[in-house]
Amino acid sequence: MSYKAALRVWRGDDGQGELADYTVEVNDGEVVLDVLHRLQATQAGDLAIRWNCKAGKCGSCSMEINGRPGLACMTRMSTFEPAETLTITPLRTFPVIRDLVTDVSFNYAKAREIPSFTPDPSIGLGEFRMQQVDVQRSQEFRKCIECYLCQNTCHVIRDHPENEREFAGPRFLMRIAELEMHPADEADRREIAQDDFGLGLCNITKCCTEVCPENIKITDNALIPLKERVVGRKYDPLTWLGSKIGRRPQHDTPAVPARKA
Amino acid sequence: MAMTDIERLPYDVVVIGAGGSGLRAAIEARQAGKKTAIISKSLFGKAHTVMAEGGCAASMGNANPNDNWQVHFRDTMRGGKFLNNWRMAELHAKEAPDRVWELEAWGALFDRTKEGKISQRNFGGHEYPRLAHVGDRTGLEIIRTLQQRVVALQQQDAVEHGDPEAMIKVFAETTVTRLILDAGRIAGAFGYVRGTGQFLLFEAPAVVLATGGIGKSYKVTSNSWEYTGDGHALALLAGASLLNMEFVQLHPTGMIWPPSVKGILVTESVRGDGGVLRNSEGKRFMFNYVPDVFRAQYAETEDEADRWYTDPDHNRRPPELLPRDEVARSINSEVKAGRGTEHGGVFLDIASRRPADYILQRLPSMYHQFKELADVDITKEPMEIGPTCHYVMGGVEVDPDTQAASVPGLYAAGEVSGGMHGSNRLGGNSLSDLLVFGRRAGQAASEHVDSVSGARPAVGQAALDEAVTEALAPLERSGGENPYEVHAALQQLMTDQVGLIRNEGELQSALSELEKLRARVAQVSVEGGRAYNPGWHLAQDLRNMMLVSDCVAQSALERQESRGGHTREDYPEMSPTWRQVNLVCTVRGEDQVALARQPMIPMRGDLLGLFEVNELKKYLTEGELAGVSAGSAAAPEETR
Repeated sequence: MSYKAALRVWRGDDGQGELADYTVEVNDGEVVLDVLHRLQATQAGDLAIRWNCKAGKCGSCSMEINGRPGLACMTRMSTFEPAETLTITPLRTFPVIRDLVTDVSFNYAKAREIPSFTPDPSIGLGEFRMQQVDVQRSQEFRKCIECYLCQNTCHVIRDHPENEREFAGPRFLMRIAELEMHPADEADRREIAQDDFGLGLCNITKCCTEVCPENIKITDNALIPLKERVVGRKYDPLTWLGSKIGRRPQHDTPAVPARKA
Repeated sequence: MAMTDIERLPYDVVVIGAGGSGLRAAIEARQAGKKTAIISKSLFGKAHTVMAEGGCAASMGNANPNDNWQVHFRDTMRGGKFLNNWRMAELHAKEAPDRVWELEAWGALFDRTKEGKISQRNFGGHEYPRLAHVGDRTGLEIIRTLQQRVVALQQQDAVEHGDPEAMIKVFAETTVTRLILDAGRIAGAFGYVRGTGQFLLFEAPAVVLATGGIGKSYKVTSNSWEYTGDGHALALLAGASLLNMEFVQLHPTGMIWPPSVKGILVTESVRGDGGVLRNSEGKRFMFNYVPDVFRAQYAETEDEADRWYTDPDHNRRPPELLPRDEVARSINSEVKAGRGTEHGGVFLDIASRRPADYILQRLPSMYHQFKELADVDITKEPMEIGPTCHYVMGGVEVDPDTQAASVPGLYAAGEVSGGMHGSNRLGGNSLSDLLVFGRRAGQAASEHVDSVSGARPAVGQAALDEAVTEALAPLERSGGENPYEVHAALQQLMTDQVGLIRNEGELQSALSELEKLRARVAQVSVEGGRAYNPGWHLAQDLRNMMLVSDCVAQSALERQESRGGHTREDYPEMSPTWRQVNLVCTVRGEDQVALARQPMIPMRGDLLGLFEVNELKKYLTEGELAGVSAGSAAAPEETR
């Protein structure tokens, strides 16, 4: 069965733009990305869309569909009424490059500030021994396809660009949690999670978890446990005593400077 | 920005492509102290490697201690029907374990065995459980690990040089349209930033092609938009050659319903983990399709096949785990015989064979994919599947040890290179191929940079002007052909006439249709400007897809036998004399593909000695067999 859908699609760049109206054919079983591709092939050859795999695995086609952040390749047209007008806009938190494509370089900059995986250097090739139960926690976070829907949705930075400097966003706080829970990692990122990456700004409203297309329990399994670890470190009497008598380092691994001033 | 402004960027090594092989090559070049650029058509971390599902083959012997490089080598050669570049297959089998373990040291978290080692799973064509994996998202784990390794190196550079991008920089959403030569040597690469249309010239004596495959020339494919054969075409246009382009792998299990998801991959792990193929009569038909060359290794009854999962030492493998080419052809035959499903495929059933929680743990992405896109719960119902264009075995002809193409300074690694997989790639051998040969290409490119120090090739103005003119042409024409329509016509043509089952008449017709399409491509015009304009981008990619399609069709017409990913209904037999022939394509002028036959280099004696003579008889000519006993007696070479 096929029908004609009414689409309002954001056209323009960061400076200016507007919603443009189109009528596009929709066929059985199609997703929003199929319809945008048909629009591109038949009516708007230069419509900018970012996409890759069209299978929910690469996290490229993030956009807002009727105001709801999602992957265009995994949003089925059957979830809308045929008579409904679909409004399709770029991610709101990031600057628009053109049409539905945004500049997500903020995320790559944050990724580079987090101290990398730090194993015991004496472990040779093939000598790591880890139990499934121990790797499973970090594995959940490594399912992340970096679609940045959580970053886009988190109210700490959505409409608050002033917080971007001190807040890494759910994706990268989760990356810190992933490294902290990695059974072979030896660095300690608990202090910088709070001081440099803004863990304290997260007030666990779970919006990130709700939009995650991989169904990762970002808040429950990454952010809250990370908060507990940070508190555990800050108020652990042994750590406090150790720092006083010089047995334990007072500061953990520093964040990596973005670029020399 | 004036129309023709070009930003010049000096580098030592330029890697085109940011999937597994590109990132691994770039890491190696940076670790060798070379200033390295990584160019990616997509964002960093989105390359096609993320779609690899099942795993990465390496004979670590964690699941079965009998596994070793010799067994992996044998499986790879059998899978490729002995047309593989045997030296590459040897290096691959020997080095894959170290490359996987290295990822672990960079933070990868593979699934584990009870002893805490990396877990290994069964896959088609592999004698033992051999695939390191993370559920069914192994490619994502590998690309993320390599991405994070690049970031770790950048963090070191931030400390040392004050700039994280001092020694290794990612140029995301950037396309290269031309390699530029100086007196026959690589001098640079020309391209544009997709977001702005800004032209870039990378001035470098070494270029590593790591651009992946060609699937977007076909209509039903598991490949993403990036797979337009860019590296294949760049190599051809620079004067390098392509090897055995007729071999295109159709993965037996792609989704077929609804139409919008047709082609999306369903991992082979479904079968490795116990799933079976059934026709519309409910029959496990694969038992009828075990070819003679594999008869000794595959079960003849369902009972034996089912026992194999728990007792592989005393039972033979289920025929569902035959190499991909065999399974894809069998599915095609069942459908043609009228035993297909409603939507023209067959059933892949794991629901009736494994408990729901096992399926959810082993195949979470498949569960998700079918639930979200097709309303099918794979723990309760069978999946409907059919063949989808997945991988090209053919590619840039390279030196097996260094990945060097015939043009000095040019290297190719991963899917864009040819030879390693022969006529058919085994599942799991792609991720390991990326790592092994990505590293080797990065190493050799770095050594090449050292060898030219002082006398670097220079980019001439004429070549640069031509590249600019070519890139701008579709924007300057108006009222011409729509690039999307021309692309759709090419995909239809390649799917209909150069697809799974081929014959002379259709291939000849395809070549004359390609000629007509070439005229249409020359008339493509696009609306809009240079900033993030997908119509303009596609217009550039069409040149590459046309060249590659021409090579595939010409090679397919030339090779009068059926082997691996090349099936001729008019020449259904595999021919030992054709096994001795490699088909090599080059380009004369701008778009005239020339095809030549080239003899296969005979396999080294100690490697031949790894096979039983009875097995070799199925592949080799009488003449070759006469030399086998003498060859096998030769002292084995280094076994590192």
